[in-house]
Amino acid sequence: MMKPYDIAIIGGGVIGCSIARWVSKYRLKTILIEKHADVATETTKGNSAIIHAGYASSEGSLQSEMNVKGNPMFDQLQKEINFDFKRVGSFVVAFNDEDMKDLQKEQNQADKRNIPSEIITDIKRIKIMEPNIADNVKAVLYAPSAGIIWPFGLTIGLAENAYDNGVDLLFSSPVTEIQQKSNGFIIQAGQKQLNAKVIINAAGVYADEIARMVGADNFTITPRKGEYILMDRNAIPVNHILFPIPTPVSKGILVCPTIEGHTFIGPNSNAQNDKEDVSTTSAGLNEIIRGGRKLLPSIPLRKAIANFAGLRAVSDRDGDFIIEASEVENFINVAGICSPGLSSCLAIADLVTDIVKNHTTLSFGEKDSWNPIRFPQQRLKDMNEDTLAQAIKNRPEWGRVICRCETVTEAEIIDAIHRPIGATTLDMIKVRLRPRMGRCNGGFCTPKLLKILSRELDKLVTEIPKNDEGSEMVTDRTKFIENKPWKGETP
Amino acid sequence: MSEIIDTDIAIIGGGPAGLAAALNASKRGARVAIIERDFELGGILQQCIHNGFGLTYFKEELTGPEYAQRFMDLLKETNVQIFLDSMVIDLSADKIITAMNPERGILKIHAKAVILAMGCRERTRGAINVPGMRPAGIYTAGTAQRLINMEGYMPGKRVVILGSGDIGLIMARRLVLEGAKVLVVAEVLPYCSGLVRNFVQCLQDYDIPLYLSHTITDIKGKERVKSVIISKVDENWMPIKGTEKVYECDTVLFSVGLIPENEISLKAGIKLDITNGPTVNEYLETTVPGIFACGNVLQVHDLVDWVTLEAERAGENAYAYSTNTSRGGKLLEPILTVPGENVGYIVPQRIDYLQDSKIVQFSFRPKSPDKNCIIEFVSNEKVFDKRKAKHIIPSEMLIYKIKLNPEEIGEKITINIKKNLKKSKEEA
Repeated sequence: MMKPYDIAIIGGGVIGCSIARWVSKYRLKTILIEKHADVATETTKGNSAIIHAGYASSEGSLQSEMNVKGNPMFDQLQKEINFDFKRVGSFVVAFNDEDMKDLQKEQNQADKRNIPSEIITDIKRIKIMEPNIADNVKAVLYAPSAGIIWPFGLTIGLAENAYDNGVDLLFSSPVTEIQQKSNGFIIQAGQKQLNAKVIINAAGVYADEIARMVGADNFTITPRKGEYILMDRNAIPVNHILFPIPTPVSKGILVCPTIEGHTFIGPNSNAQNDKEDVSTTSAGLNEIIRGGRKLLPSIPLRKAIANFAGLRAVSDRDGDFIIEASEVENFINVAGICSPGLSSCLAIADLVTDIVKNHTTLSFGEKDSWNPIRFPQQRLKDMNEDTLAQAIKNRPEWGRVICRCETVTEAEIIDAIHRPIGATTLDMIKVRLRPRMGRCNGGFCTPKLLKILSRELDKLVTEIPKNDEGSEMVTDRTKFIENKPWKGETP
Repeated sequence: MSEIIDTDIAIIGGGPAGLAAALNASKRGARVAIIERDFELGGILQQCIHNGFGLTYFKEELTGPEYAQRFMDLLKETNVQIFLDSMVIDLSADKIITAMNPERGILKIHAKAVILAMGCRERTRGAINVPGMRPAGIYTAGTAQRLINMEGYMPGKRVVILGSGDIGLIMARRLVLEGAKVLVVAEVLPYCSGLVRNFVQCLQDYDIPLYLSHTITDIKGKERVKSVIISKVDENWMPIKGTEKVYECDTVLFSVGLIPENEISLKAGIKLDITNGPTVNEYLETTVPGIFACGNVLQVHDLVDWVTLEAERAGENAYAYSTNTSRGGKLLEPILTVPGENVGYIVPQRIDYLQDSKIVQFSFRPKSPDKNCIIEFVSNEKVFDKRKAKHIIPSEMLIYKIKLNPEEIGEKITINIKKNLKKSKEEA
């Protein structure tokens, strides 16, 4: 039997990966177990990609505490592991006197939490800051510390840095059974059986099911679906995150820039039992279009690139986060991490590290060799012409653009395939470099990507999936052509 | 660090438009360079292995690759510079193209005139906001065409196609010939949006049903497409409850229109029209002097033959520009062309020169099908020319050469497609 792990983290979302990176500072043998082929494939994938200022969650909630603490932590982490993040500031938009009362309430909460904010009533100034905002705007609550982020870059960065610091990563391995023994747990994850002294359950919408395997399920998780429509770059300029006045269950349907220069509208908020159903619906899309148009009447729908949905993991404890040592010894629940979960992930990792310190017998000696710095792969978009010309001279693949919508070169794709968490699927390439995420929906680059993946991984093109097993992109060769890996030079 | 290349005319795109423009300009004596992103010339024609090309231009029926090859062969006789595997990443208003390729690195191509010939891309599922899951097995028809005809891979085995555009119809037949089952083609419009000959030869001949006024209202499946739901729509394209039909399938193709690909044009500050193509004058010149546009980057054509003819004009005009040939006096204010009754758009969008009478070619599309029509050319509230058209349909572009007389033309030219009431009465 292999030496048992000190910590097994179940779930490779932004929460699991934050925790993995945090505990990688210590001399602990840690593994992160993920059901899918990549990190950031469920809740982390389908959300608004916002780092909230932190005034919105209700007073006294763990959500509020984590968000307020977590927001300022992103600047330092950005320097260390390099991801796209920008504090563009948010507006809560008021249209009438009733709304003004809500704005005031929000601002009082911001003041109490020492979050910078300002109620702007000068319409001219609002229009300069946000030229396309609805004409009937009365005032906005401006919170400059709110930011937009690339959740995939953040999560992959955290996972890679954790890996660099000795954390094992296990992909495509759903946890199906956990047995509690006197000295820890035996975990069945895909084909593998693992021993771990401590389990951290960060399984998103499945956290209740994972907890149930050991009887630590004193809560349930209900998925709450949010639908989105993504607009093309420059479809309509939006400078700030635009919120309506929040409703009791959500922050409402917003209009928001993405860190890559696109604009999205959404999400709505509908509870469902199904933990897999991320389908969009006509009714839902119409709902977010109506909602978005209240803030920004001129949303050009013909510039839509994609619609998608994500599931929030909402707990039955007033919807608040559950971050605690469970009744089962050495089993820690990090559950119900819905909004503002992304904003809170770093504070949550800090808190979870403390809980493990205080509630288990693991010894937390710091590694001498811990390296907080993670270098991302080299990107065309960060190069000037001279560096690019030199790069092409050294390696011609830098000169071949594979994705024309997002301008991604063959060199970048090859690099993404051969990095530590190497891309083996189309979606893994997409979330690292953005091919298939742009306006052509992958129409032009998909055949090229399939061939490059086939060549680099020495696999058949028919074996290359979109994401998980069963999602292979092409089913067969056409008549009379032999099926073998593609080995050409010009994809 | 970049290589500087000097030329008279630089053409972005080596598809049918770029090829014809290059040949025409080169024939007149210009130094020409083509910048093509693919590994070979010919553009999308190379994946269109079906026949039906060239009936107008060559008076014979060719396949796409054959049609392209004719121009590529002629090009070999010229000294047109060809940059393959080369992506244009920038275009400035002073006509400097920045391109990159693996062999030569970064190229700065300085041209006296530029011809935009980048073609178009397919409208996607995302752009028309079809709801549902997002599993593997969802393709645009053109991508499926590339996979099958160029790469030799099957996108799937049981296929539903949304949209009766020409590529969708052609692909329905192609999939059947490769052994796949095509269950249905659904079209949101009340009429087929592809050419009649394609409807007959690709659907009818293979017993593939076409459901008009229908759309996809849901796509199911987690890893791979498992089924789609098709519903009937009302006149506002809204799905009608209770009309849902489920089709078990593993693949969905979208053939829902083409969009001129003008991201590069925008970098030069070129203004675009409702066509999504540049607004041009009667010389096919964009809003930036010396930058011309032709083919599908200007307006989506239904026949490649029209692309060739349009591109030849662009080649000729760009050559004239590069040699400072006078066009006569420029109007202080351009004469604008205005789509009137049942007209979707008009190319050119403006007339910049009209000292003396001259012939100008107008191309436009009706918004909806009709028969026994009169096409009116109106200016100063007077019909200055009119043509008869027996059948009109949005899938078939209308092209007319019209004489413009400065004395008859005011600030605008409006084109109307009107019902020929007399003729309709006679037929009734």
